Amino acid sequence: MALLEIRNLAVEFGTARGRFRAVDGVDVTVDAGEILCIVGESGSGKSVSMLAAMGLIAWPGRVTADVMRFDGTDLLGLSARDRRKVVGKDMAMVFQEPMTSLNPCYPIGWQIAEALRVHNAVPRNKVQDRVVELLEQVGIPDAGRRMNAFPHQMSGGMNQRVMIAMAISCNPRLLIADEPTTALDVTIQKQILDLLIDLQASHGMGLVLITHDMGVVAETAHRVQVMYAGQMVEEQSTDALFAAPRHPYTAALLDALPERAHGRARLPTIPGVVPGIDDRPTGCLFNPRCGLVTDLCRSTKPLTANGVRCHTPLGAPA
Amino acid sequence: MVRSMFRFLFRRIALIVPTFIGVTFMAFLLIHLVPGDPIEARVGERGIAPERLAELRHEFGYDLPMWQQFFKYEVQIVKGDLGMSVVTQQSVWHEFITLFPATVELSIAAILFAMLIGLPMGVIAAVRRGSAFDYGLMGMSVTGASMPIFWWGLMMILIFSVTLGITPVSGRISDAFFVEPWSGFMLIDCYWSEDEGACSSAWSHMILPMIVLGTIPLAIIARMTRSSMLEVLNEDYVRTARAKGLSTPRVVIVHALRNALIPVVTVIGLSVSGLLGGAILTETIFSWPGVGHWLVESIARRDYPVLQGGSLLIAVLVIMVNLGVDLLYGFLNPRIRR
Repeated sequence: MALLEIRNLAVEFGTARGRFRAVDGVDVTVDAGEILCIVGESGSGKSVSMLAAMGLIAWPGRVTADVMRFDGTDLLGLSARDRRKVVGKDMAMVFQEPMTSLNPCYPIGWQIAEALRVHNAVPRNKVQDRVVELLEQVGIPDAGRRMNAFPHQMSGGMNQRVMIAMAISCNPRLLIADEPTTALDVTIQKQILDLLIDLQASHGMGLVLITHDMGVVAETAHRVQVMYAGQMVEEQSTDALFAAPRHPYTAALLDALPERAHGRARLPTIPGVVPGIDDRPTGCLFNPRCGLVTDLCRSTKPLTANGVRCHTPLGAPA
Repeated sequence: MVRSMFRFLFRRIALIVPTFIGVTFMAFLLIHLVPGDPIEARVGERGIAPERLAELRHEFGYDLPMWQQFFKYEVQIVKGDLGMSVVTQQSVWHEFITLFPATVELSIAAILFAMLIGLPMGVIAAVRRGSAFDYGLMGMSVTGASMPIFWWGLMMILIFSVTLGITPVSGRISDAFFVEPWSGFMLIDCYWSEDEGACSSAWSHMILPMIVLGTIPLAIIARMTRSSMLEVLNEDYVRTARAKGLSTPRVVIVHALRNALIPVVTVIGLSVSGLLGGAILTETIFSWPGVGHWLVESIARRDYPVLQGGSLLIAVLVIMVNLGVDLLYGFLNPRIRR
């Protein structure tokens, strides 16, 4: 049984011009011990779909799904109170901006201890010890003293380690990391990523890594989902995706990687921009930017078949 | 940390010196710009022989050039003497300290009333933004902030005292009771005297002035809390708190409100300093024996020492309150604790 199973997820937000679907018909499956990467451009709905899984889409956002199960439990059917017993305990999330994701008013140790206390993860008199242990686990030196520091007294990389310590404090079975390295500089990115992979392996957690960095995907993921304009356009195992992308968008993304563009005078780009709220095309959402576009693409929405949402997938017998 | 704290305190207290000179100068200048002097004001329309007037002026030193009067006054203040009221011949300090507890008591009651109602209302409005409660509260807040205090006080008296007969019209306590003025705070003194009748009388006298004086701060606090909370509720760390699986009340109160309080505390501090200067209208409507009333009368009587001394004391208090607010910032916001 899959650890996290989501079918036909949709997230809608009310706007001045009516409802807008930020996520439309997304399926996500994560198994225990698996690393799933979700890639896509900014605004493609990758964060929003995971926030929806965590139950963090606030009113007036609206979340619907045919299936949303965590370890066999229907998340949408849970009361708010029961859902909070899962969120932060069995499934936890690390966010993009470590400097603003910690509360400036409280010491970091207190903030980690709060997660332990609210889920009764360890006996009350063991909370302090556990906080020190967690901080050491995520590689914060001098943990006993640092636990009294405030977020503004720490660097971004250190704060992200604190966020990770907080997320793994209750030994979650699924960890969602939403662009955990985007706000950090390159050397720190590598350290944080390695830390996440180590923790994933040692705890046997499922890990969902949201990123827009194909390099990160290639190094870490077992499986990849590519999102475009709120839809999942392709899902494959990492090796297969890099070897033979099937959706034209994925292919174009890979072509745009500098590492893959050896011997070319110019780095290939994808013409046009991601459609906004007002200019969603009919048919396939990618059709205005696609090199393989047909009349069918312009008139009819493609459905997902064999892990790809395309009328003219690459590598298919034409 | 402790040392830097003392340095901060010392710097702030040193600021009192220029403020003190400025305040005494302004009070001195303004009251002397008003035509007439205490002698003329006391004499009134009955008239007095010009020779006698000159004699009295000389006796009080009002015939000296203004700069000499000011200089003499400053020297006297530095010696710690605020002077005597020209009218009552009582020391200004004594009069102030007799009346001031009434003002403090009313101010504290009003600001507590405003905070106890305004903070939760602002928080609820922010959490339920766009709801009927939110719109209702914001409408009431505009009404409250723009209500003429004089009219509002009279309406309250009309409804609760005259029509319903629930509360007394004026004063701090009914004449039927005598309470030893131990602290000067009527509610505390009544509590200590263990006289239940006196206690309830003091409360019933307090309630209307408290509401009337607290209305504007209440409206401002509710509004400020709401807008500050709306901002904070969108912060990343609030999302983090929810991602931990915390209940909504805990997220809102522990994680959001503490951060949202910082601008609200500024507003509360400003309101308190404003109230300490004496709620002139409220004290007048309810015949509340406080310093606001006292200062206004001293203007009519051209009672120079009272006006100057009173302004000075209130200025010092306002500085103290602001100092307290700044210290509270450090408590609320670790980023400015250095």
